[in-house]
Amino acid sequence: MNAKRKDLLATIIIDVIVATVVGILVFLLAYILISGLPHVSWSFLTGSADSFSGAGGIGVQLFNSFYLLILTMLISIPISLGAGIYLAEYAKDNWRTRLIRSAIEVLSSLPSVVVGLFGFLLFVVKFKIGFSVISGAIALTFFNLPLLTRNIEESLSAVSRSQREAGLSLGLSKWKTEIGIILPVALPGIVTGVVLSAGRVFGEAAALIYTAGQSAPVTNFADWNPMDAASPLNPLRPAETLAVHIWKVNTEGLASNAAQLSAAASAVLIIAVLLFNLFARVLGNYLYRRVTASK
Amino acid sequence: MLKDYSFDQTAVQTFDDHVALALKTEDLQVYYGNNHAMHDANLAFPKNQITALIGASGSGKSTYLRSLNRMNDTIATVTGKIWYHGVDINQPDVNIYEIRRHIGMVFQRPNPFAKSIRENIIYALRATGIKDKKVLNQRVEQSLKGAALWDEVKDTLDKSALALSGGQQQRLCIARSIAMEPDVLLLDEPCSALDPISTVKVEETLLELQKKYTIIIVTHNMQQAARISSQCAFFHLGHVMEYAPTATMFSTPKIQVTQDYVSGSFG
Repeated sequence: MNAKRKDLLATIIIDVIVATVVGILVFLLAYILISGLPHVSWSFLTGSADSFSGAGGIGVQLFNSFYLLILTMLISIPISLGAGIYLAEYAKDNWRTRLIRSAIEVLSSLPSVVVGLFGFLLFVVKFKIGFSVISGAIALTFFNLPLLTRNIEESLSAVSRSQREAGLSLGLSKWKTEIGIILPVALPGIVTGVVLSAGRVFGEAAALIYTAGQSAPVTNFADWNPMDAASPLNPLRPAETLAVHIWKVNTEGLASNAAQLSAAASAVLIIAVLLFNLFARVLGNYLYRRVTASK
Repeated sequence: MLKDYSFDQTAVQTFDDHVALALKTEDLQVYYGNNHAMHDANLAFPKNQITALIGASGSGKSTYLRSLNRMNDTIATVTGKIWYHGVDINQPDVNIYEIRRHIGMVFQRPNPFAKSIRENIIYALRATGIKDKKVLNQRVEQSLKGAALWDEVKDTLDKSALALSGGQQQRLCIARSIAMEPDVLLLDEPCSALDPISTVKVEETLLELQKKYTIIIVTHNMQQAARISSQCAFFHLGHVMEYAPTATMFSTPKIQVTQDYVSGSFG
């Protein structure tokens, strides 16, 4: 076989593989959307579910998912940013940093059920916080951290050394160089990481069943004081998320239309994740353009 | 086959007391781990002149240059003295960030920040505490004029610096360095990634800049050294072999290895 034919064969094989992957993805998306979307209505999106039968709307759950996501990101982004910067710039290559790196890897391969049970025992039971948004957010932070930290470290390391030298040669401190020059360049990569981990958090159920709870008490959406018990912003209230709701309706739901409910909720979940990704990308591009003055 | 030249015979010039010096090194040694990369460098750099450091690849000229503003701190061990304004700046308690503001550096590959042209120049200035917009704008204009880039970019100051050509980027890097108003400007093969026309522009810029700054330039291009420098130091395998006025060095080199290098026998 000559080089030209080999090349053709390889191209065909790669094309087939790509087509398979894209095909599976399109099939999954189409299946979920087609079976779910017909059952989505405005009252379904905004109404509250009957906690016993599982029937009704998903308004509260949808809000809970976003609230939990934002809270998780607020906790995990600063921590992983610090850890990522440390690992990429300051950590010397010795046994201690190698230990940190392996610990991060172990943490990222922890099953989410285990993270959930750990959160349950520590925050819900031991610290007596109870099933709450904040317990869920901290538990999710645990398996969000390794991914984000790794991603931020890699994005920073990928920035050329000559940029660091340029900063240092102008008398800028290492920290100033890192924050003002390296971080902006690494931003698109970091945004990608945040989007990926956000998708995971949004779709997570196992870890939340034990931490954020399975009940969605009716909240008063006119009350935005986080201190009030009925306020949707109260971080100490239990909060069933969309993904947990889908799991519950499918396993424990007594509603006659449980299958349709979960299909509709799944479609909404997927669309919400897509919208969030889109939003994060637009925001990331906007920030990147602002700091780098590029078009 | 490279001949074995003796390192015992060197011809390094010194200067009389009435010559104002910008920078001077005494017995400077650089080690990368166990690798002794620079031996006993004793060089003095007269003020407001261009000094060229020439030599083959691996001769230690870049290593030496990067030691002068302590850019080698994290990767190498540097011993010996570096005299700057009567202070030995090769000491652990010296503020290296302050030193680098006085001894600027331009690198081999243009490395503008991924920011606008204006931000490239004022970012480090702002970090030193200059907040006044008028002063900052003035510095932008002055430094860009100094680097002969003003006319080309004055209307696009807020566009990305990465959109400039390689030669323009390198002149922006020079502008960025001189905006800090340093005493000494170190250049590490600044033209090796540039085309001949950009090279000419950078060289013209340097000849103009020597009126205000002391310039030390590493180059592997002997024609370039001959064109722009007043003093010239020849490095060979980690040793300074000869240091003389450029014209003298190229016409009547004192030792064999310099003679062979400038006549093109190796390198």
